[in-house]
Amino acid sequence: MTRYLLRRLVYGAILMLCVLVLNFFLIQAAPGDVVGAMVAESGGADPAIVEQLRVKYGIDQPLHIQLLKYLGNVITGDLGHSFYYDAPVLNVILERLPSTLLLTLTALIVAVILGTSLGVIAALRPRGWRNHFVTLVSLVGFSTPVFWLGMMVLIVFADYFPIFPAYGFTSVPPPENPWALALDIAHHLVLPVCTLSILFLASYSRISRASMLDVLGSDYIRTARAKGLLESVVILKHALRNAALPIVTLAGLQLGYAFSGAVLVEVVFSLPGIGPLLYDSIIRHDYPIMLGILFGASFTVVMANISTDLVYRLFDPRIRLHEQ
Amino acid sequence: MKDANTRSPDLELKAPELKWSTDEDEVKPEVRWIVTWHMFCANKGAVIGLIVLITILLTGIFGPVLLPGDPFAIVGQPFLKPGQDSVLGTDYLGRDVLIGIVHGARPTLAIALSATVITALLGLFVGSLAGFFGGKVDSFFMGVTEFFQVLPSLIFAMVVVAVFTPGLLTVIVAIGLTSWTGIARLTRAEFLKLREREFVMGARAVGASNSTIIFKVILPNALPPLIIAITLKIGLSILFEAALSFLGLSDPDVLTWGMMIGQSRDFFFLAWWTVSFPGAVILVTVLGIALVGDGLNDAYNPKLRGR
Repeated sequence: MTRYLLRRLVYGAILMLCVLVLNFFLIQAAPGDVVGAMVAESGGADPAIVEQLRVKYGIDQPLHIQLLKYLGNVITGDLGHSFYYDAPVLNVILERLPSTLLLTLTALIVAVILGTSLGVIAALRPRGWRNHFVTLVSLVGFSTPVFWLGMMVLIVFADYFPIFPAYGFTSVPPPENPWALALDIAHHLVLPVCTLSILFLASYSRISRASMLDVLGSDYIRTARAKGLLESVVILKHALRNAALPIVTLAGLQLGYAFSGAVLVEVVFSLPGIGPLLYDSIIRHDYPIMLGILFGASFTVVMANISTDLVYRLFDPRIRLHEQ
Repeated sequence: MKDANTRSPDLELKAPELKWSTDEDEVKPEVRWIVTWHMFCANKGAVIGLIVLITILLTGIFGPVLLPGDPFAIVGQPFLKPGQDSVLGTDYLGRDVLIGIVHGARPTLAIALSATVITALLGLFVGSLAGFFGGKVDSFFMGVTEFFQVLPSLIFAMVVVAVFTPGLLTVIVAIGLTSWTGIARLTRAEFLKLREREFVMGARAVGASNSTIIFKVILPNALPPLIIAITLKIGLSILFEAALSFLGLSDPDVLTWGMMIGQSRDFFFLAWWTVSFPGAVILVTVLGIALVGDGLNDAYNPKLRGR
């Protein structure tokens, strides 16, 4: 088991290395060089200072040395320096990260719980209207542009029925009392979380229905029913436990798509997360931040993949026992 | 289910039984497609999806002829509500929403289709080579696939477009580069399955070269599930393009549905029609594609339908 974990970690490290190399070449491909963009932002400068900056960032060195320097920097935690914010990229990103994580993880959890329930309900009556309803929901969820859905949700629930706030993470000024603050944040996050989770609800309800149908047809369920167990016990304790694993693993592997959706939702709802940061950095040609976000997001996805893989191997007794 | 490898050579001389099923390994491909088409037509959702798609395609092709105009032209007062002088209302500049939708169909669909072509070519290429050769080639290509899978698609596409400056070609290539991994995995799975079949062995015995086997022997047989996946990818490309143009990362001279939503973003509380209608059209289009793709899948693989 540990050997497998080590192998996966090494593989993950190689992947991240490739991402960094890609980042490096993207920087090089960007029009103008790094220092040029930096100088343009601050409105032009004395050629001597520009030359100094070039030496400082190692631009005068051959490409492979620059690459090695870049890799060395990243390993020590230096993702570069943002032109616009005049601060280390890592700090700028970490400042925005909590909002994005809160949104994404909450939405994923909501989507998994709701989606699984819908799928289970549909699986119990394979020919009923519930089945068609779940299929329809999942197809519509798949086809909806998430940013448009966010705006529609806002129009209905923040304008026609002004129940929820239209933008932001907290009210301005935010309440002092920590409980009131938590409630305020929750109030602001309801609409964004709903919007983002609908996107994933679709796939989870389908997988859960397929998985449950698969499980419900197996012999041990028939045995459980023959034993005379209550139907609810059969479904919840026996069927769902076995059907849950593919759903959970799918959730872990979908983090990449979750980030993409979160970027759009954050832009629409003006949340102070990674999304608007990425969007602004593109407008401002702030390449260090753009690439820092790409690296950070990829890193998170790699970590999520490895964790999901581990969880799967730990919880599926067939694989766990096979390794002994 | 009979295992093809254990059939003795004598049985090959008998005429094959005609089986009216869509189960694999038992029918000729042509028969399977006929049965698939019949089952598809019996699926109400799939037929509705097909009708919707054809309608939108026709609108895209003939709409600009029947309803001429320039989507960028100012035709009236800004923020006209739908119904008065303008069927679907006007946006913040006074441009007509209906004309925008009808004229925007072509660029939206064209971009999505071009991106899907790139996606399909890349996916088929990588997947077929990985599945056919196996071993080190497979490991290499799977590594490449996993690399592209790890990069979050929208974020990567945004960065690519930012670095190489926004434009139609950049958008198409960016979408293509980020979407191919699913097709590659599917192609590889199909190739691994088909590689051991007797018709491949037969081709090898006749002395066919590797490339002939890959492209003329295995690939045509691997296509059906791939076609379904590629169909769904078209829908995803539409959504992807909409996201990029919503963020303003596409060519500003080409009006697509996503761009209409993005440009009216600041005013959607005042003028919901500028945002609702283009988005609804995107939803309906992708839903149509999804219904058709799903219907094809159910019709071709009834065993996996879960009924």
